[in-house]
Order: sequence, then C-alpha cells, then structure tokens
Amino acid sequence: MKRMLILGAGTAGTMMANHLHKELNSKEWEIDVIDEQETHYYQPGYLFLPFDIYEPEDIVKPIKDFIPRGVNLIQDQIDRIVPEEQYVAMTNGDRLHYDLLIIATGAKIAPEETEGMLGAEWKKSIFDFYTFEGALDLRNKLRTWEGGNLVVHITEMPIKCPVAPLEFAFLADSYFKNKHMRDKVNITFVTPLSGAFTKPKATTTLQHLLDEKQIHIESDFAIEQIDNEQKTIIDYGGRSIPFDLLVTVPTNKGDDLIARSGLGDDLNFVPTDKGTLQSKAWPNIFVLGDATNIAASKAGSVAHFEAEILTENIKRYIAGEPLNAEFDGHANCFVETGNGKALLIDFNYTHEPVEGTFPLPGIGPLRLLKESRFNHMGKLAFRWIYWNMLLKGTHIPFVSTNMQEAGKEFA
Amino acid sequence: MEKVIAGTSVKINEEGYLTEFAQWNTQIGTELAKEANIDMTPRHWEVITYLQTEFKNEVPLSIRKIGKSGVVDIKEFYQLFPIAPLKTASKIAGIPKPASCI
Repeated sequence: MKRMLILGAGTAGTMMANHLHKELNSKEWEIDVIDEQETHYYQPGYLFLPFDIYEPEDIVKPIKDFIPRGVNLIQDQIDRIVPEEQYVAMTNGDRLHYDLLIIATGAKIAPEETEGMLGAEWKKSIFDFYTFEGALDLRNKLRTWEGGNLVVHITEMPIKCPVAPLEFAFLADSYFKNKHMRDKVNITFVTPLSGAFTKPKATTTLQHLLDEKQIHIESDFAIEQIDNEQKTIIDYGGRSIPFDLLVTVPTNKGDDLIARSGLGDDLNFVPTDKGTLQSKAWPNIFVLGDATNIAASKAGSVAHFEAEILTENIKRYIAGEPLNAEFDGHANCFVETGNGKALLIDFNYTHEPVEGTFPLPGIGPLRLLKESRFNHMGKLAFRWIYWNMLLKGTHIPFVSTNMQEAGKEFA
Repeated sequence: MEKVIAGTSVKINEEGYLTEFAQWNTQIGTELAKEANIDMTPRHWEVITYLQTEFKNEVPLSIRKIGKSGVVDIKEFYQLFPIAPLKTASKIAGIPKPASCI
C-alpha cells in the first residue's frame, strides 16, 4: 500500500482530496489529509463580514464535512517535512511516511513583519480583514465608528486575492453612503503598486471607479513603519499618510512549517514549476494553491484550475509518464464595486483582463471588466458553488481549466 | 517601439522599459537616469549591477529581496532612487519592470 499525504485541508487541499479519492485505486493508495484546524472558512466571505453583508455562520463549516469517506483526516499539528527520508514529522513525535506529498498549506498574514503594526493601536484603530477574527473585529469597529480618515492599505505583494483591498474600499464607500455618513469619511487607498491594479487595462477601469467614488489613491508606497502615536503610516521615502482607521493587508507569508522544513523562499512560499506544479526541489512533492511561489494570483479560482491539472499530473507521475506543463495561470475573479454591482475579470500568465463575455463567448451572461448587477449576483451565488461544487472537485459547467480567448476583446 | 537614447536606437515598451537587455550600455543607463532626475554615482552603479545580475539569474526582484541582499538596505535604496526606486532602478538597468505582483 502506498501513501499520498496532503498537507492542509483548505480550499486547495480539500479539492485534491476529492479529486484523488475518485481517481486513485483505493487498493493501492491510502490518502491522508493533515490539518490542525477543525473549521473550514469561506475566505471570500471575509470581505463581506465587516460590512454586515454576511453573518459569521454563513462562512464557517467543519473541515470534515468536505473530506470524502475513504480519505483519512488527521487533525493534528505538523512539525516539518523531511524530504530526504520521505516522511512528515508531527509535533507529537509521529512520523508519517509518504510516497507522494502534496503541499497545500496556504498563506497567512504576518503583521509582525512591519514595524509598529502590532503596536498600541492594533485592534484599536489598526485592523486586518484577512482573518476571520480580524474581519469580525473590524465589523464591530465599523458599527460604531464616527468617521474620519479611512486608509485601506496593502503592505507588499504578493497577497491573497489581490483585488480584495480595492473591493474593500468600494464596499466601504457604499457602506458609509447607506449609513448617511459618507461626507464624514475620507477614503484613501494606499498601494505599493504604481496604480490600482497590476494589469494595465483593468487598472484603467478600476481607476475610473475610484475617481467616481471619490477614493483617493496613493501609489508606489512601500511602508517602513506605523507611528502609533501620530497615527500615520510612513514609507521608506519619508512619505507619511495620517489615519483614524487603518485597514491594512499585512505581508502574506507561507506557513512556518515550510521554513522549518527548509523548503521555502524568503516569504516561505515553495519554489514550484509554474506549468506542472511539481516542486522544484523534490520530484515526489507537488504544490498548489497559495503555498506556491508561482506568478499566478493567490485565489480560490486559481487553486480550482490548478487542482484539475495537478490531478492529471499525479496520475501521470504514478504511471511513470512525463508531466503536462499545462497550467496557464488562469484566474477568474469577481470584483465587488459596491451598490450591489460587481465586475468580473478572467486572465492568465500572458493575457491581462479585458472586456468581453463569460463563460459563453458572445453570450455571457456575465460581462468581463464591466460593472453589472448580474455579476454581483454571480459573486453571491459563488458561495453556494464553493460549498457544493468547488470543494468537492466537481467541474464547473462551461468554465474551462485553461483560459479561453474567445469572447474577449483583445486589442 | 524604437527610441534613440544616447545615440543608439533601442527597443522600448509603452512604459519606457528596454525590451532587449542586450541593447543596454552604461551611456543608455546614464541617459535614462537623467530622465528620472538622477545623477549616477558609483554607488548607484553598484545597485544597478546587482539588479542586472539578479535579472540574468532569473531571480524575481522585490523591495524586500533588495533589502536583504547585503548590497544596499531599503533606506539607502530610497535615497539613491527616491521615487518608486525598484521601478526606476529597473528602467535605468535596462531590465523589465519587476512583476512583483499579479
């Protein structure tokens, strides 16, 4: 009997458990998934929690509900991976041998990386919304906040869901309008990038929306420290921006266990082949989701497309066949723009988001890079798709693994 | 598109970054620095040489990596190239705009 070990039962690890359970011969392969947590969080919901659009119970379910029968779920803490000897050392001293290892340990915030972020103002006037607790604390703060300078801030790239901070700024605009206090709030969007987003065409569209909503942007801002007394963020060039409420996206890093195992880069992300998803250091280790260092968005849609390709590659690896370098960096993201509207972007390593229709070329019904109410309904419907289809590894109808060029308006 | 910089015709993209590193030379670097209001000193060139070496080794660049490089700390990097230092320095070095982000 051979053993497939999956580290992490988040979005990516859960999808792999479901795919491989269907594809691998259960007489030859035992599949184990390890995660120390008991709760699976619907992370896109963190964006809605602060604005009272979702309730906490909308976005939490037990991890075990999504692990198929026949796959063992080990709810315990991992110490490190020992690739030379093909085992995973658990904190309790157990050694779990593996034949094939999948790393899906994700990314998490590291506020300690920025001087002053965890200072006296943390959770008083400095908040994050990239954790369940952070989003909930921020909700409670917003409920009673009386206004002033709201600064929405990205510390450094890469971050999970790179559009989420912009969406936060858009939703904040709507939220304060609905509370009849928009005139009491200045919203500033602070980014280390040169503009609203990383790709030129989408940046133009998003910049237009920022202007329309009177959200001021400060770009090329590389934060050095937060002054808790003055309540300002200061960049390496000496630029300082005052805040009354700072909503920051701290540095994102891979799990500490990657560092303990000596398998990561300077941010604990695992060097991974961008086409095959095989780790660069060890042929019997594969990596997907936020844990990789590949230049694709750290997002659930990316993990979904990766999981389909990785499943094929694992079958090939087991059969001794060459791997398919097929992953194209495909990402598909709804961008909430406030007032019950959203836009949709679809892109990959080589094609930036452009206008068009999705998923059916020329038909839609979703519109790419254009605001619409239907896109917003798509985003809300996605929560159901996530729990009921995506995690179970069900192929989403009409949505291809590799990005389609048809139906898009490339210049 | 083509642009004549320091007497040489080079290929650049719409943001002004050289698209073929092989076309770069120090005169072009000096000229691109002038466009960004920077007078190059030996210290500037040390940083530019470091960026070019990393580029040739296909190491993705970020402000964080440069801070840990041992060549220059982030504070000094900002003193040398005050506005958007990584982008400005990359342009002067003749290498692509860093894809620090998706």
